[in-house]
Amino acid sequence: MKPNTAGWLFAAPALTVIVMFFALPVVAALALSLTDFDIYALADLDNLRFVGIGNYVALLQNPLFWKSLGNTLYFVLVGVPLSVMLSLGAALMLHSKLGRFKGFFRTAFFAPVVTTVVAVAVIWRYLFHTRYGLVNWVLSYAGIDPIDWLGDPDWAMPTIILFAVWKNFGYNMIIFLAGLQSIPEDLYEAARIDGASRWAQFRHVTLPMLGPVLLLVGILTMAGYFQLFAEPYVMTQGGPLESTKSVLYLMYEEGFKWWNLGNASAVAFILFVLMVATTSGLLWFARRKGVE
Amino acid sequence: MHCRSGRGVRGDDGRGIRMSIARPPLTTQSRLWQWLLLTALSVLLLVSCSRDIDDREVVSFWAMGYEGEVAAQLLPEFERRNPGIRVDLQQLPVLSAHEKLLTAFAGESLPDVSPLGNTWIPEFAALGALEPLATYIAATPGFDAADFYPGAWDTGVVEGKILAVPWYSETRLPFYRIDLLKQAGVETLPQSWDEWRIALAAIKAEVGPDRYAILLPLNEFEPLLSLAIQQPEPLLRDNGRYGNFRSDGFRQALGFYKEMFDKEWAPVLTNNQISNVWDEFGKGLFSFYISGPWNTARFKERMPPELQDQWMTMPLPGPQGAGASLANGTSFVIFRDSQHKAAAWKLIVYLSSPQVQARFHALSGNLPPRRSVWRTPALASDPHARAFRNQLERAVPTPKVPEWERIATELGLIGEAVANDRMTVDEAVVELDRRTDLILEKRRWMLDQQDQAAAATP
Repeated sequence: MKPNTAGWLFAAPALTVIVMFFALPVVAALALSLTDFDIYALADLDNLRFVGIGNYVALLQNPLFWKSLGNTLYFVLVGVPLSVMLSLGAALMLHSKLGRFKGFFRTAFFAPVVTTVVAVAVIWRYLFHTRYGLVNWVLSYAGIDPIDWLGDPDWAMPTIILFAVWKNFGYNMIIFLAGLQSIPEDLYEAARIDGASRWAQFRHVTLPMLGPVLLLVGILTMAGYFQLFAEPYVMTQGGPLESTKSVLYLMYEEGFKWWNLGNASAVAFILFVLMVATTSGLLWFARRKGVE
Repeated sequence: MHCRSGRGVRGDDGRGIRMSIARPPLTTQSRLWQWLLLTALSVLLLVSCSRDIDDREVVSFWAMGYEGEVAAQLLPEFERRNPGIRVDLQQLPVLSAHEKLLTAFAGESLPDVSPLGNTWIPEFAALGALEPLATYIAATPGFDAADFYPGAWDTGVVEGKILAVPWYSETRLPFYRIDLLKQAGVETLPQSWDEWRIALAAIKAEVGPDRYAILLPLNEFEPLLSLAIQQPEPLLRDNGRYGNFRSDGFRQALGFYKEMFDKEWAPVLTNNQISNVWDEFGKGLFSFYISGPWNTARFKERMPPELQDQWMTMPLPGPQGAGASLANGTSFVIFRDSQHKAAAWKLIVYLSSPQVQARFHALSGNLPPRRSVWRTPALASDPHARAFRNQLERAVPTPKVPEWERIATELGLIGEAVANDRMTVDEAVVELDRRTDLILEKRRWMLDQQDQAAAATP
C-alpha cells in the first residue's frame, strides 16, 4: 500500500462524517436556496420552480432583510467588544492577588451561563418593566424618568445586548482565567524590576501573552453573536417595530413560520458567507499582528 | 435452547476436578439464560394477550392546548356508544401545533382527524390534505348544517367544497368597564364608529393623561383586522391574486385606528409591556379592550370582587351601526390519507352534537358554533355571553388564501408603524399592497397554471 492511500484510509472515517454532516447539508441548502420551495411545492413537487439567484436578489431588495442585518451588526459590534472586555475585566479581578471571596465570585459570574434563557428572560422582563420594574425604580432615585426598556425601538436592542452579555460573559471569563494562570510569574517580576507600572505590565505582558486566547474568544463570541435568536425570541418577538429582529430570526420566520424554505436557505447562506468573511478578516488581522 | 444444551454438553465431558471448579460460573450463566427466556416469553404472552383483547378500530385524534385536555373528558362516552372504536388522543401545545401539523404532512404521518384553526384550513386545502365532507354530511341523518352560524360554517368551505365542521367559535369584541363609562357620562353603548368616537373622547377627558380609553395591543393584528373586516370591500381582489388595501373601506378603518392613537385614546403599547392585562383593566388603565371569549373566564377569575359586576361585553361598533367581526375559532377536518374516515366522521358527529357541545362549553367556556346550543339555559342566561351570541350572527371569515396568516402579520406590523407615527395612512396602504402582492406571487402563478391546464383540456 502506498503511503498516500494509507493516509486517505486513516482519514476516511473522519472525512465521511464531515461530508455527511457538513458538506452535504451545505450543498443541499445551496441547491434549496436556488428554488422557491414552499408549501405548494411540499404538496406537489411539480410546483417547485428553479429561480436561480432570484431569492438572493429579492432578499437584497427587501428592506426587512437590511433592517435585520443592521440589527445583527449592531448587536455584534456593540455586544462582542462589551462581552470580551467585561469577561477580561472579571477574569483579571478574579486573578488578582488582592481579590477576596474569589470562589464565590467565580461561581456567581459563571452562574448565568448555566441558566435557561427562557426562564431568565422572564425575570429580566420583570426587571425591565416600565412601570413596576426594579431597574426603573432604582433609576428613579437618581432622578431619571422611567425608560420603556423593551417597548421603545431605541432601547430594545441595548436591553437585549445587556441581557446577552450578562448571560454569556462568564463563559469567556473562565477561558481568560485559564489563559491568565498560564502566564509565567517571572515575566511580571522582570517587568516590575524594569519599573513598569501596573498599566504597562497589563499592556506589555498580559495582553501579548493572552493574544491567542483573545483571538479564540473573539472568534467564538462573534460566531455566537451573529446567530442572535433566542434572546429576542423570548424577550420581544423581534419587536417593537422590528428593532430586535436578527438575521437568524428572519430565517426562522421564513422557514418555519411561513414555510418558504427556499428563501430561508438563501438567508442562511448569506449569513454563512458573512460569518466566514468576518472570521477570516479577524484571522488575517491576528496573523498580521503576529498572534496565532 | 440449542445454545444452552450445547454448553452443558461441553461442560460435562469429564475433566475431573477442574470441571467442578468450572461448573459454578456455567450454571449461573445458564440460569441467566433461563431468566432471559422466561422474560422474553412473558413479554410475548402479554403482547399477544393485549392484542386479543383490543381489536377495536383506532382513530388517531390530535387536539391542541386546553381544549385537548377537555376533549379527553368527552371521549369515554363516545367509546361507550361506539364499542368498535378506540380514540387515540394526542395533545399538542398550541404554539407549535401549526409546525407539527405541517411536518406531519411532509412526513405522511398526519392523524385521522384533528381540529384546525380556521385560518389554517385554506393552507391545508392547498396542500390537498383535507377530505371533502359533503358526502358524509348527506349520509348522516339529523346533521343540521343550517344550525351553525353562517360565518363559522363558511370558514370551512374552500372553493365550494365543505372541508371542515366548526367545533367552537371565537370572535373579537370590546370588553368594557360599566363604572368608568358611567363616570364619563356615556349612557348608551356606542353602536357606530361615530358614537364610539364620542364615548372614547369623553372617557379620555374624564381619566386624564395617565390613563386611556381603549387598549389595542400593538403586537396583535386582530383589533385592526376586526375593524377592517367590517368594510364592504374585500381585503384581497381578483380571487385572492392581489391585495386590496387601497380601497376606501380599508383606508377608513386604518384611519380610525390611527385616530385612536393620535388622540391618545389608546396607549402605544404591546401586550408584552403590560405585565397583567386583567389587573390593569381592574385599575382602570383603559375602559375598552378588544379581545376574545377566553378572556371572559379570565376576568371572572382575576378581577377584584368589588369590580365583578362592573365589567361587561358588547358587540363591536361598526362604521354605520352594529358591525361585523372575525369568524375565528376551530373546526374539525378529516385528513385525506386517513384509513379510518368513517370512524373519524362518527367522532366529529359526536363532538359537534348539541348535547356534547353544551357539555364542552360547560367544561371549557368555549363558544359553541350552533344556535341550538345557545338556547340551553346555561348559555342563554349568561350575561357575558350575550354580546358574543349577537356578534356571532355577524361574524365574517377572513380571505381564504393559504398566505392569509402571513398577510395578517404584515397588517399588524404596518398597523404598529402607523400607530407609532412612522407612516401615514396613504403610505401604509400602498406599502401593505406591495408586500401582499409579493407574498401572493406564487399563488398567482399557481392559479395561472390551473387556468392553462383547464384551457388545454376541453
